[in-house]
Amino acid sequence: MSLISIKLEKRTAPPVWFQVLTPVIAIVISLGISAIFLLILGKNPFTAFYYMFYGAIGTKFAFLEMLVKATPLILTGIAVAIAFTAKYWNIGAEGQLYAGALAATWFGLMNLPLSPVIYISLEILVGFLAGAIWSVVPGYLKAELKVDDVVTTLLMNYIMIYIVSALLNGPWRNPVTMYPSSIAISKNAFFPKLVPQSRLHIGFLVAIIAVLLMYFIVRKTKLGFEIRATGANPRAANFLGINTTKSIIIVSIISGGIAGLAGVSELCGVQYHLIQTISPGYGYSGIVIAMLGRLNPIGVFLSAIYFAIVITGANVMSYSLNIPPYISDVIQGITLIVMLAMLLLFEYRIKVGRSK
Amino acid sequence: MEKVVEMKNIRKTFLNNVANNDINFSVFKGEIVSLLGENGAGKTTLMKILYGMYSKDSGEIYVNGNKVEIDSPKDAINLGIGMVHQHFTLVKTLSVLENVILGLPSENPFLLELDVPRKRLMKISKDYGLQVNPDAKIWQLCVGEQQRVEIIKALYRNVSVLILDEPTAVLTPQESEDLFKTLDLFKKEGKSVIFISHKLEEVMEISDRIVILRNGTVSGERRKVDTDERELARLMVGKDVFDAIRHNKSEAGEPILKIEGLTAFNDKGVKALKGISFEVKKGEVLGVAGVSGNGQKELENIICGVKKPESGKIFLNGEDITNNTPKEIIKMGIGRIPEDRMEDGLILDIPVLENLVIEFYDKPPISKGIFVDYANMKKIGENLLKEYNIKASSVFALTRTLSGGNLQKVILARVLSQNPKVIIASQPTRGLDVGATEYIHEKILDAKSRGTGVLLISEDLNEILNLSDRIMVMYEGEIMGIIDREKEKVNIEDIGLMMAGSRCSEEGHELN
Repeated sequence: MSLISIKLEKRTAPPVWFQVLTPVIAIVISLGISAIFLLILGKNPFTAFYYMFYGAIGTKFAFLEMLVKATPLILTGIAVAIAFTAKYWNIGAEGQLYAGALAATWFGLMNLPLSPVIYISLEILVGFLAGAIWSVVPGYLKAELKVDDVVTTLLMNYIMIYIVSALLNGPWRNPVTMYPSSIAISKNAFFPKLVPQSRLHIGFLVAIIAVLLMYFIVRKTKLGFEIRATGANPRAANFLGINTTKSIIIVSIISGGIAGLAGVSELCGVQYHLIQTISPGYGYSGIVIAMLGRLNPIGVFLSAIYFAIVITGANVMSYSLNIPPYISDVIQGITLIVMLAMLLLFEYRIKVGRSK
Repeated sequence: MEKVVEMKNIRKTFLNNVANNDINFSVFKGEIVSLLGENGAGKTTLMKILYGMYSKDSGEIYVNGNKVEIDSPKDAINLGIGMVHQHFTLVKTLSVLENVILGLPSENPFLLELDVPRKRLMKISKDYGLQVNPDAKIWQLCVGEQQRVEIIKALYRNVSVLILDEPTAVLTPQESEDLFKTLDLFKKEGKSVIFISHKLEEVMEISDRIVILRNGTVSGERRKVDTDERELARLMVGKDVFDAIRHNKSEAGEPILKIEGLTAFNDKGVKALKGISFEVKKGEVLGVAGVSGNGQKELENIICGVKKPESGKIFLNGEDITNNTPKEIIKMGIGRIPEDRMEDGLILDIPVLENLVIEFYDKPPISKGIFVDYANMKKIGENLLKEYNIKASSVFALTRTLSGGNLQKVILARVLSQNPKVIIASQPTRGLDVGATEYIHEKILDAKSRGTGVLLISEDLNEILNLSDRIMVMYEGEIMGIIDREKEKVNIEDIGLMMAGSRCSEEGHELN
């Protein structure tokens, strides 16, 4: 009996160019696959992609709007990337974002007599802590008790989203409109604009700082060394004297905190009041962005920008060509799948042969 | 007597490693034949060929006089050959009954027929004294019971030749006795048993005939009534180890590492260390000989700080270090060369540089405060690369890309650069070529001459004899004896006997 056998062999030395080019190739392939869907809809894919990119970066206004969209994506992308570096599989950035937004709303609704600088700084601190608390629970469970983090972080999302829903339909419901949304937070907690006459706010700077912070932690500190070693092989790291339990717990705090900042940024920079849909899945997009950015902070920044282009541009594309706006989700999904396939090729080579 | 299985001129190589070299082996009807040998002698390889799991390079197999090709375990089972592996092949979440009938065709093509199989299972269980609850899930069973399920599985498929690979390794003495009774029943029924073991005592108890393998060849074949443990030990260990010369004299000083009454369980919950005590002195190599799986791994892990003992204490320079973390143990001056260099000793997916310094990167000159000075790290790493002659494209090369010998040199460089007080080296040259082996031996002896106490755990008797000042033999979690080479000559037979479970006797010394 002889069958064709397909085997995956681990590459000993993956070529460097492959590493840099992987995300670029992944984007090109995913746009190519998306083009098939556009063709099915009877649209010229080149026209469609032109509208997409023009709609996102074609004008100054569009460009700034794109950066507004990129802000939460950078933050969740960094949150996930630093977690994945330690192999803390944080699927819970979404819930941590909501935790941050919830805490910032609570603090903002207090209308404390504080100057904007202090109020905003405290908002950031409170949001970071809330996200961190929501993430350290599964982080601790993983590190100390080996509880599967994919499951716990994912389920924590639903808990937080329903808590927010309960608050918005209960004590925080807007008493005037009766909509399930809170009233506005203190004006002193509003994030100032970075560019006048636009929606771009200082949350974007917070995101840039998060990128730099991750680079700094991973590349310059002892903690970063420990995180990378833990992620590369927890068993060996433990044997070689690294406290892997501590590394995972600290990473879970940093990761959740940064995801919480995405919530603060959306609340204080864009919405000013808490709504049920404050995140249309930024936490989940963060996973794709972190993978596409190969867990490298600069890579994460660039892939978040790319995703912001797809999301904002897809809107323009959809109303210009009369196609459903969900095309943006399709492109995002295809990008992830292609990227995962590329990463597999990056680590393994496929060997086809005959088996006995 | 009738030959049920005959293997002729079997040869099997793995890359450059000859596992079986022209082996001839037969099994007669109604006998228990033991395959005796050290680790790596080729016992399991030979049996996996018979069971269709490995394909032989050359040779012939006859079953009941007919030449056969066995390409898969399924072929083997159809020929009446069953095997119980060291690591069981049971589905943990299924019941005993479900595991037994797994893979067999059902009478009814649409429904799983369980009543008839249940009756048959119960009959087998009763006939051979193999007690199991057919409805228990595998994960609920202890290892002894799981082994019974494996045996029933084979009997259910009507095998007439049963291969057992080190069956008693996971059993308590009582369970072993029960197993032996069952095997006697097989024999009376005219079935044959191939019993793989390295334990002399049980081989002498159970077998009719004993075939001894060494380095992939048959080094002897004896009927039980014609032999004794002493002769078997010599055949198993071989005479060639006599040639080993000790390189240098002992310079032993004060005791530095002291182990007191250490007991521990292994991963399977079996007692792996039974209250052992010994000490390692400054400037000596204490070699730990023994067939692997006799507690060496647990001893290594406990001293290295990755396993907690049940009871007992470890002292370094008089200071109690029992239950210290790996980090504390490293800082106190214990250098560790672990058995599993790929999984414990190195992180393969980071640069060589970081593996070189990982045990001391967190203190000056590499780190200051919370920061790591990567420029300094690189300088130190490059020096180590040069000093220890490690072949890597650069310090930034991914560790995975290095060869086996160079990987071990990375660990050696890391450990020796810290001038440890004690080195725990486990199988330090396993799988390495001659050049790398010599280099590592040389470095270990260098460290010893600088006053480091070395605990050398090895399955390679030549290595033990080459390097050790004292030799300690472990068997089933106990120390069978410690031979001080300053005071007495090493008797290789004694070591062989101790490794296989007999304490050395006065008689033995007189014989040589």
